[in-house]
Formats: sequence, structure tokens, C-alpha cells
Amino acid sequence: MWPEASRVRVFMPFPGLEVPHLCAQCQDYPCISACPFKALSKDENTGAVIVDREACTSCGACIRACPGTVPYLHPKDNKATICDLCGGDPKCVEVCTEAGYNALTIVNEGPSIHRKLYSRDPVETAKDLAVKLFGEKGEEVIE
Amino acid sequence: MSPGTDPVERGTVQNTSGTPGGYAGKWLDIDLTKNKIEEIKFPYSTLEEYFGGRGIATKILWDRIADKWTEIDGLEPENPLIFATGPMTGIYPGARICVSGKSPVSNGVVGSTAATEFAVEIKNTGYDGIIFTGKSPKPVYLLVTDDGPELVDASHLWGLDGEKTLIKLNKEVKDTLKKRYPRVGLWKAPGSMYVGPAGENMVRNACVMTKLCHAAGYGGYGSLMGSKNIKAVVAKSRNMFPTVDAPESVKLLWRKAHAELIKVSDFRRWGTGHLGYGAGAGTSSEPIRNWQEEWHDETSIGVNRYMDRFWVKTKWADFNCTTNCMKVSCIKTGPWKGDITDVPDYELQAYCGTNMGIFDPEGNVHMSTLMDKLGHSGINGANTLGYAGELYQRGILTEEDIGFKLEWGNVEAFDKLAHMMAYREGIGDVLAEGTYRAAFKIAEMKGLDPEELLKYAVHVKGIEIGAHGTRSDKDYTHDISYAASVQGGDHTSVAVDGYNDMSGALFYDCAVFCTFTARGPSAALIFDFAKAITGFPITLKSWRSVTGPRIINLQKALLLMGEMWEPVKDDDNPPRFYEPLPTGPYEGKTTDRERVDIRLQAYFDTLGWDERGIPKKETLERLNLADVEPYMAKYRL
Repeated sequence: MWPEASRVRVFMPFPGLEVPHLCAQCQDYPCISACPFKALSKDENTGAVIVDREACTSCGACIRACPGTVPYLHPKDNKATICDLCGGDPKCVEVCTEAGYNALTIVNEGPSIHRKLYSRDPVETAKDLAVKLFGEKGEEVIE
Repeated sequence: MSPGTDPVERGTVQNTSGTPGGYAGKWLDIDLTKNKIEEIKFPYSTLEEYFGGRGIATKILWDRIADKWTEIDGLEPENPLIFATGPMTGIYPGARICVSGKSPVSNGVVGSTAATEFAVEIKNTGYDGIIFTGKSPKPVYLLVTDDGPELVDASHLWGLDGEKTLIKLNKEVKDTLKKRYPRVGLWKAPGSMYVGPAGENMVRNACVMTKLCHAAGYGGYGSLMGSKNIKAVVAKSRNMFPTVDAPESVKLLWRKAHAELIKVSDFRRWGTGHLGYGAGAGTSSEPIRNWQEEWHDETSIGVNRYMDRFWVKTKWADFNCTTNCMKVSCIKTGPWKGDITDVPDYELQAYCGTNMGIFDPEGNVHMSTLMDKLGHSGINGANTLGYAGELYQRGILTEEDIGFKLEWGNVEAFDKLAHMMAYREGIGDVLAEGTYRAAFKIAEMKGLDPEELLKYAVHVKGIEIGAHGTRSDKDYTHDISYAASVQGGDHTSVAVDGYNDMSGALFYDCAVFCTFTARGPSAALIFDFAKAITGFPITLKSWRSVTGPRIINLQKALLLMGEMWEPVKDDDNPPRFYEPLPTGPYEGKTTDRERVDIRLQAYFDTLGWDERGIPKKETLERLNLADVEPYMAKYRL
């Protein structure tokens, strides 16, 4: 197991405020256009962003271009890492089903401009959730 | 194998070299007085013989300070403070860490565990655990990253409550990592454990806190941490878990374990807090007004009242946890606006609720939050507050002694007293010694016979008893549950029959994972899991007959060497547990003393102890504990 290498990471900047963080697949793919080395491309079937690990130079341009700072450099090879939906057969869904939780299912959704709104820094999302859960106090729990 | 010898150089037979599966392989050995940080390793054989967590911590304590165990107090710099993971930590569902040392409360060893991502992070930085010795000249926190360990000045955090400490640490460490690794992207929050004001001020039964409302509570290790000037330990890694011995088997077993765990739904739905009403009205084993009663039928404290008014989130899990026993509660209006805690769980519903005569969920959520913020143990520290409540009721402690009226159910009064205890002000300074020691101090203050005050002190071996009574005999705790346990009043590690105990809490505390994620999967599955991770030829039988008893014998030896408790006489329940229950469906019932005596002897016998509970020579030899024998001889008649 490798928590920081998972392409689906759950952030918890304050206890009880868990925020799943992964690629939301923006319609305009700012990460792809930001890559100076053309290492990023869109999978036509799934819409996921595919990283060519040979071409990636670890410059971090995609991370800066992403509205949610979703990509990260993999702890092992230092290359840009983004959820690739396991080629359309996501392992996270498989294990969730195998273990009996059935919390994750595959849905087929068309592209939408609103997708981009879900690409956010998890700490910013947590700050909003904090207010929703804790009221005024929520404004103090994350610095 | 002689005490005091460096475990690295100790020449035990090594039939296998290298690091077994599931272990990071190294430990941090930190001398705070000399500001020296070293890495140490334990031989393969030591890991196999003591596994991890509570087991390895007891072994470390034996090797380092057995020869001065009787003389040193738990709060002296020589006493090591140990944080220990186990080979199953983070891999088996429900990650926890074990905190230990010579207990400032019992003078023995308590393996006190807490659920926290700190366990996962420290292991992934490459360390199975940390041993702190000495005392730092100024407040510090330990930060461990993939770059290694460092002691960071914590003067700016000293004095802060638990909540503020956590908020500041999260921000500070996040910024540090961002500065050091500007290009890698975002990191998840670090794992941390810390002390509140109670730990800083060495309230003897204070706990080591984590994640706002999780705690390593029993044993008083918060005071030991405070005595060393350690405000917090923090870890963050980008590395993976240590490799396991049989990865394919582990993958399969992991799925099998989860398939069983999903079926255990009571805690997932209601948390342990459903007992707040259940243990009172049903099993009649819930502490009320310092255990004067154990029955109530107050529906006000029912789980639905919390759910409807305070729960803002019904599921909250730690890393790789399937049980989700935590829920998030928050008070949004009134004087306690902004109080955030968990369910509260059953223990705190009882100890920060009914045991103070508080049957109002709002007051209960507030007292639970307060105890967590102050770094008091919500069980142990709260037991002491309840004890003070009864002394006030009986007129032993007066309004003059306390400074105000301490009436049952008065949240403001108990709130005030909890602060006084954390900051050692007025009568709080006396109560900060914990229930047992406070009894003696108050007896002296009042010119009374200590027995008069011990009558109302609900503890075993100084460890204030968890919120499960024995008188109705309807809960999971019975006759010798606390009386025979090497961890005294600890409700997470009760004695059963000396054989089955070994595959219960002791194993989970050594492995180190949560008791609640052991509910569901069979013992056989859990031991297969242990074997697949480590590669040790470990079985349920080998653990119950050799490894488990070895650890319990060593804990027992150190408890005896603490010389605070008289054999047999103190292997008993507190006087209150022999008073008949005054109310409820089990009115008149009490703990059966004859049964306690019989079961205690059977317990001693099963573990290879003599009739006074002293480990026999042949037992120690059989368990490869021959070096303990010279210390035990003097305790035998």
C-alpha cells in the first residue's frame, strides 16, 4: 500500500473533513495545453488525462495549470501523475465492490463546463465544508 | 539478555537475518537531554518474540530500566516514552499506534493505543517506532519526514489547547513541506500526536492526544510527554508501506477481512455511543455519579438525541478503517457554540455525562470537547472529577475547599474544575495526581484515614476503571476483568481466563490495530494475516501459549517491581464494586467475591504464576525470560 502514490487521495486538513481529490476532467483540459513537452493527452474513450512518462520532464507546469492542483509528481519516478481511470475499468470501483461497500459505481456522463468547478484545492473545499458543518466555528479550524 | 544492555548489541541467537515483513526495520532513539538522535535496529528474534506495540515496548523498558524500575518515578527523565507501531499497523484495517513507558499512574507498563494517521506516516518514513529519553531543555516537537527526524522549537505551541495545537501544526508542517518540495504538488495532512495543557502540567493521568478527540488515554503518558517538554510528534512521508512477506496472500486476506467487517454494522450506524442509553437501561453497567448507581432509564441520553441535534456527520473513519465508529458532533448555538468532538463515544458519554450526573447531551458534548482540548483523559481525568463530585456530596470536600459548589449535573462547575485540574490550581493541584493518589492527599488534608477516601476511588492499580461495571454481570466485564489485568482498570484490555486474553487486546496492541476491526473476521483469519505479513510461523496456538504469556509475564514482573501494589490484596476490584446495586433491574446484585477469588487463582495458574500471582521460575525459563527470575525471587514468600 502506498497512500501518497494513489491517484485517488483523500485529504483531511482538519479531523472529520475528508475531501476526495482526483482529476475532474475539465472540458478544456488546461493541463494538456500547459505541458511544454506534449506529454499529456486525452483518452478519447474515457476522457481521462494520459501521461507519457517518457516525455514528462517533471517541470510541474501541469500542476500549476490545474485549477485544483490535482496532478502531482509520483514519489517513485517524479513524473506527473493523474487518475487515468485504469483505462475505463477502474480498480477503485472493483475493490469497493469486492469488499462489499458498493459505494463506488461507474457512471457515464457527457462533458460539461461545470466539471471544472469540481477541480479545487482540497483545503479550499474543506474550508467551505467546515462552515457548512460547524457554522461560524468552521471559519477558524483551518489556517 | 541482561537489563540495561543495548538491544542492538545484545547477543541473542539470530537464526534469521534482515527485517521481517511488515516492519520498517529501524527505530528512532532520541536522547532529549543530549539532543542526540540515533537509529537503532532490533534483532529478528526480538521482533518474533515480542512482535511490536505493547510487546516490544515492554521489552525495551525491561532492557533499559529494569534495574532501576523500583526507584524511578514515572515522571523522571530516565523513564523512556515509547511510540510503537506493529507489523500489521496500517496493513490490517484500523491503524493505531501504541504509547508506553513506565506508567506514572500504575508504576507498571500500560500499552495505550490510539487511532491516528501518525502511525501510518511514521512507519512510511522508515521507522517502526520512537524512544524518547531524557528531557528537553525547552519545548520541542519532533518532525519526521522522508528527509529524516528533526527536533523543532515548540515554544509558540506550548500552552495551547489541543484543538489550536492541531490547527497550527497542520498549517506549519504543510508550509514547511511546500517550501522544501515546491514542485511535487499537494500533500495530504501530516499525522500528529500532541499534549494539551494537562499533559504539559503533568496531570498524572493526562493522555496523548491526536486528531482532536482520539487519545492514548490509559497509563498517563501525556504527563510523561509533558515532563520531557515534548509538545507533539509529527510525521509525513511520501513513501510506501514496508513490504510484506507474502503479498498475494495479504491481498486476498485483506479482501476477506473487509468482506467480514462490512457485516458489522452497529458501530458504523450508531458509534459506540448507542451504549449511552443501552448500558444504562439495558445491561445496568454504566457509571452514574461516581458509580453510586449503574442504572438509568433517561432517554434524553439516547443515541437519537445526539443524532438529531448534534451529529453533523454520521461517518468518520481513520486510515483503512471499516468500522467508522466515530461520528462528528458540533454545538452550533449557545454558550458552547463551536464545540466539536466525536459521537461522543460511549466512554465519554458515561464519564463526561452520567458519571458527573449530566444527562443532557449538550452538556455531555461540551464536557467531552473540553476534556479533549485540555488534554485530560476523558475516562481517567473525568473519573477523578466524578470522584471529587462524590467527596463534595459527602461533605468531605467543601465549597471552601473547591471554591464553588460542585453539584451533580452542573456542567459549569465541572468545567471549572477540569480547568483547575489541567492548570493545577487550588484543589485542582491535588486532583491532578489522579484518583488514587488524590485520595491519600485529601485524607492527609482532612486528617482522615486513607481507607475512608479509598472507599469511593474507582480504580484498579491506580488506573481509573473504564465505563463498564461488573456488578450486574451483564456487560462484557466480569469478576476478574480488571482485578487480574496487568493494565488494571483499562477496559480495552480486560482479563478473561489467562488464555483467551492472549488472542484479544494483547494481540491487537502488539500487532498494532484496533479492537473494533477485529470484530468480524475469525481469529484464524487474523493470525493467517499476521503470518502472511511477517513470515513468522505464528499461529493462534503459538501466540496463546508462548508469545502472549511472555509479554504478560514481563508486564506482570514490571508491575510487581513497581512495588506499589500488594499481591492478591490489590489484585481486586475497588470496594464500590462490592456494594449492592441500589437501583434498576439488577438491584441488590453485586460482584461475587468468592467467584473473584476462585477465578483469580485459576488465572494465576493458567499463566504459570504462584498463588500470590508471582511468575514461577519454570514459567520464566519456558518463556525465555530467565533474566527476570533474579528480580522475582524476592517477591515470593
